[in-house]
Amino acid sequence: MSRDITLSTTMKVSSIADCVWEIPPSEKPGMRVPARIYASEALIAQMDQGVFEQVTNVACLPGIVRAALCMPDGHWGYGFPIGGVAAFRTDNGIISPGGIGFDINCGMRLLRTRLGEDEVRPKLRELVAALFAAVPSGVGAKGFVHLSEAEFRRVMIEGAGWCIARGYGWPEDLDRMEGRGCLPGADPAHVSHRAVSRGSDQLGTLGSGNHYLEIQIVPPGGLHDPRAGKALGVDGPGQVLVMLHCGSRGFGHQIGTDYLRMFDQVMRRYGITVNDRELACAPFRSPEGQAYFAAMTAAANTAFANRQVITHRVREVFASVFGKDPRELGLSVIYDVCHNTAKVERHEVDGQLLELLVHRKGATRAFGPGAADVPEAYRGVGQPVVIGGSMETGSALLLGTAHAMVETFGSTAHGAGRTMSRAEAKRRVGGETLLRDMEARGIIVRAASKSGVAEEAGFAYKDLAAVVDVLERLDISRKVASFSPIGNIKG
Amino acid sequence: MGRYTFLEDVALADCAVEIEAKDPADLFETAAAALAALMVDPGTMRLSVERTITLTARELDLLLYDWLSELIYRKDRDREVFTRVAARVSGTGPFELTAQAHGGVIDPTVTALGADPKAVTFHQFAVTSAEGVWRARVVIDI
Repeated sequence: MSRDITLSTTMKVSSIADCVWEIPPSEKPGMRVPARIYASEALIAQMDQGVFEQVTNVACLPGIVRAALCMPDGHWGYGFPIGGVAAFRTDNGIISPGGIGFDINCGMRLLRTRLGEDEVRPKLRELVAALFAAVPSGVGAKGFVHLSEAEFRRVMIEGAGWCIARGYGWPEDLDRMEGRGCLPGADPAHVSHRAVSRGSDQLGTLGSGNHYLEIQIVPPGGLHDPRAGKALGVDGPGQVLVMLHCGSRGFGHQIGTDYLRMFDQVMRRYGITVNDRELACAPFRSPEGQAYFAAMTAAANTAFANRQVITHRVREVFASVFGKDPRELGLSVIYDVCHNTAKVERHEVDGQLLELLVHRKGATRAFGPGAADVPEAYRGVGQPVVIGGSMETGSALLLGTAHAMVETFGSTAHGAGRTMSRAEAKRRVGGETLLRDMEARGIIVRAASKSGVAEEAGFAYKDLAAVVDVLERLDISRKVASFSPIGNIKG
Repeated sequence: MGRYTFLEDVALADCAVEIEAKDPADLFETAAAALAALMVDPGTMRLSVERTITLTARELDLLLYDWLSELIYRKDRDREVFTRVAARVSGTGPFELTAQAHGGVIDPTVTALGADPKAVTFHQFAVTSAEGVWRARVVIDI
C-alpha cells in the first residue's frame, strides 16, 4: 500500500496504480486470477470486509479471465459484492445467478424535459402526488397492465418493444436504450409458471428498497460538459429531468430463486465447488446454464418493459398536471441502462479477442465512443451512464470511455454505494423527521413505507462525487452532468 | 416461539437474520415471524386468511430455504403476509413441513409497510443444532 490505511481485511492489498488496488491469487486458495478494487484511499478504507472476501471468492470461479473487479461504489452483497464485475469465457466458464442478483436488469432510466424548475416548483406537490398515485410502489404493489400468460410471454421476448407496439411509449424511445430495450436469447420455455404467476401483474410498479422515481434539476454548475450535454439533451442549470430506478420485480426475483436452487444441486455434477453457496453456478454451455441464461434474459426484457410502462405513466401525469402534450414538454428518453445482468460480449484479453459472459452486479455497462451497441445518436460521445445517488444528495450522468473497454470490460459504477446498515440509518433518523427535513430543503417525498425512507437517508451512502471522481481518474467514465432531487416517489 | 435478531454487520443493503429455536418446527415458525416483521408491522395486519402450506425437501436447510421463498412468493402473488404460523416438521430426509399460516392481505391504507423482500439468498445460509438449540442464519435480499 502507498501509505498507512486501515482496511477491513487482513489480506494483502497492493496499490498498483492510481485508484487501482490488487489482491494477488496467493491470498486465497483457489484464486485463478487477481482481484482488483477500484477506489481512492478514502473509499477503499470505507469498504467493509465483505467486499474483500466476495471479490476474492469470485476470482476462484471457473473460466474467469484477467481479474475479478469491484467498482468504487462496492459494498458487501451476496455472492458477488455489489459493484462486482467478472468476465468468464463462454467455452469453459460459468454463469451464476449470484453474479447478477435476484433483481435481474435492475437499472436506471433518465428522461429529459423542456420544463424549467420555475415552471415545476409551483406544481411540485401536485406532481409528486399524481406520480405516487400513478406508479404503484411498496410491498405487494400491482400494476395497471393486465396480461394473460401468453401475452406476458410476448413481453419476455419483445421487452420494451412490446410496450411501444401497444401504445405505452414512442417508437424513438427504443433508440435510447441498452440493446434497444430487448436482449437476445430470451426463451419463456425456461421460465417457471411460478415466476409468471408472481410477476405478470407487476408491470409499471417500482418496488421498494432503494428503488425510486425522482424529479431532478440540473443545479447551478451542474452541467460539466456542455458539448456532451447537448448531444444527450441536457441543456443546463434549472432544467427538469426524471430518473427511474427499478427492475424486473417479482418475476425476476423468482427466476433468480428458481435457478439458484437448481444450481445449488447441479454444481456437484459438474465438479464445481464455491466458497460462498450464493455463487452456485453451472457451466455456461451446459443445459442448465443455457436455460438460466434464456430465463434471465426474459426477466431482463420484462425489466425494460417495466421501466417503459412507468415512463408512459410519467408522461400521462406530466401531461395532466401541465396541460400539455408530453411531446410538447419534451419528455424524451435520454438513456436506459442495466446494472444487474450477464451479457455475451467480445473483449480483448492478453491480445486475444475472446467471447465472454460479462457479469455485472450493481455495475453499469460503459462502452466508449464508436462501440457498435451504442445508439447512433451517441456513438460520437460514448454510451450514457446513469448513476443514481441517494434521494437526498443527487445523481449523475456520465459517458463510457475507450479506456473502460480495456480496463473493466466496458464497465463502471452504478451508484453511490451504501456505507451503513438499514437499521443504523433508522436509529439515526425517523422517517417522518427526514420527510419534514427534506421538504424544508425543497425536496418533496411520497413513500409507501416511512421506515423505508429512513433507510435511504443520504448519510447511509458514500459521497457520490467521490465515486465519480474515481471513475474520472481511472478514465472509465467521464462526467457530463450532476442532478439534484426536488421530488421523489419511493416504495 | 423462539427468537430472532436482525444482524447489522452483514450484507449492508440487505437483511441478515439469526434465528434461535427449541426444535425445527419452532425454527420454521420463528423464521416466518421474522420475515413478516420485515415486511409489515404485524400489529397493523388484520388476520383474515388461513392457509395450509406443505413442502418437502431433501435437506432440512433446503426446506427452510423453500419455506421462506414460498412466503415471499405469496406476498407478491396474493399480497398475503402471515404473522402467525403453527408448523410441523417431520422426516429424517426427505423432510416435510406442514404449516398452518394465519395472516392477512396487505392493505396499504391500514398496513404499515416495511421492506419488500426479493428472495432468500444462500449467502452465509446455515441451519445448525447444538445442545438442544436450533439456529439458522438467513440473508434476505431486499
